[in-house]
Amino acid sequence: MNAVDESARRESTAVGTAYLEVRGLKAAYGDINVLHGIDFSVAEGQIAVILGANGAGKTTTLRALCAMVSTEGSIKLDGEELAGHSTADIVRRGVAHVPQGRGTFPELSVEENLLAGAFVRADNEVRADIERWYETFGVLGERRTQAAGSLSGGEQQMLAIARALMLRPSLLLLDEPSLGLAPMITRTLFEQLSAVNAAAGTTMLVVEQNAILALGAADVAYVLEAGAVALSGPASALADDDGVRRAYLGY
Amino acid sequence: MPVLASVLGVFDITLDKLGDGELWLAQFFRGLSDGATYASVALALVMIYKSTGFINFAQGSLALLGVYLAYVFSVEQGLPVAVAVVCAMAASAAVAMFVERVLIRPFPPNHALPLVIVTLGLLLIIDSAVGIVWGFRTRSLPSMFPSGAPIEWGIAQLTWRTIGNLGTVFAVVGLLYLLLARTKTGLAFRAVSSNLESARLVGIRVGPTLGFGWALAAAIGTLGGALVVPDLLLEPSIMLRVLIFSLAAAALGGLDSLVGAVVGGLAVGLARNLLVTFLDLSELALATAVAVILVVLLVRPTGLFGSARVERV
Repeated sequence: MNAVDESARRESTAVGTAYLEVRGLKAAYGDINVLHGIDFSVAEGQIAVILGANGAGKTTTLRALCAMVSTEGSIKLDGEELAGHSTADIVRRGVAHVPQGRGTFPELSVEENLLAGAFVRADNEVRADIERWYETFGVLGERRTQAAGSLSGGEQQMLAIARALMLRPSLLLLDEPSLGLAPMITRTLFEQLSAVNAAAGTTMLVVEQNAILALGAADVAYVLEAGAVALSGPASALADDDGVRRAYLGY
Repeated sequence: MPVLASVLGVFDITLDKLGDGELWLAQFFRGLSDGATYASVALALVMIYKSTGFINFAQGSLALLGVYLAYVFSVEQGLPVAVAVVCAMAASAAVAMFVERVLIRPFPPNHALPLVIVTLGLLLIIDSAVGIVWGFRTRSLPSMFPSGAPIEWGIAQLTWRTIGNLGTVFAVVGLLYLLLARTKTGLAFRAVSSNLESARLVGIRVGPTLGFGWALAAAIGTLGGALVVPDLLLEPSIMLRVLIFSLAAAALGGLDSLVGAVVGGLAVGLARNLLVTFLDLSELALATAVAVILVVLLVRPTGLFGSARVERV
């Protein structure tokens, strides 16, 4: 992707053609409210990152988007309301979610994990996609018949992401993809995610502790504090913000 | 020392019988036949355990209901026994789907204890309801297989029924294997049992998948009941005994292994028939099953073929 395309893409964001539009999103576990009505939006093809301290509601935000927690408010994907639909239906609209740390089926083989990722697809290119992700994530190809539970943490994270990509998602939700991974592997992972974003135009919403890396890869960023959006803007602007730097970047 | 004398008396009998090759062989065949029936009910238990992580104590009762329906279809309505059994399998599958939808699904699937209590309640309700509807007098259900024995050595007979029982259980385990390993439904089923949350996140509808598991397990359990009942007599408590032997079989095999259920079933069937004969323990037949469960839990809780669940936390 050349620089002109890149700037054109970022500009379209500014015009405000939101692909994911979240308004007044509340979420609760039982009686405990975690999100107190947050608003945010992500334009088509963008990478957005959610930063925030532990307990700020980052994971809950992702879980709320695919109905894994009870919610109130509006979640529009490409103009269509997702709120009120079941997880299985939201997946069928093209939302893939890589949950924190345990996104695989440990007893199933690597290949079966990828087949499960394509569960809702009815086209005949599933096989081709599997081969494609084997090429992208080379180590998965070497271990295709192994049980997913026998892979290392980094390999399992790659498998969880490849599993999510098998849906051919239009929106990919990633919950701390770098958790427990070595810095080198994390960097490779983010490069691969950026490549997927560039090649397929997949919109991504990433929750990430590694703020430097995440802000580097993202177009827009949101900072959550105690269940509310405290700060938002282009990723590059937030990376220069003094408060963000002190709280999340550590310099 | 009357105690010592009676103990020696037991061994007297034992030693007498030990040299009797025909008796060995006869009990071996009987053990295989019983074992096959335990194995098929154990397969039903394993199907539910694999998907949900708990033991469905009502499995035997669903099979009991199925066997009574087979009795109605065959003896009362005059259908051929095999056809009646297939109809009963379908009927008990429908009942199990209804039960799963109404009594099981409202509970969170990852908390086993409330569900175990529900299945224990179901066991009591179904067994009693069967008693109310059909009464407590014994009836006999004909076997699906012809009588007689193609192979005989004196008192040891390899009967058509033994061959049929074994053939049925191997066919069931083969078909289950194909279903789980080769079909999309099977993949969904295994995905749900492996990671409930991820299964939802790939778009699998968890409820209907588990409902399908219940239906399949009930059909298999009914088939197992239809194999075992012709050897005994049909009455409302019959499947409770079978359930205990099948539980022992499933525990020995490893609770989440289909092959384990078959091996465990045959082992329990053989153990029961050989021990009972050679130690003269007919009063304690049921206790051998409980002893198997106890030993497995003490020595090897994952059973022979079960997988230890490893969780990253």
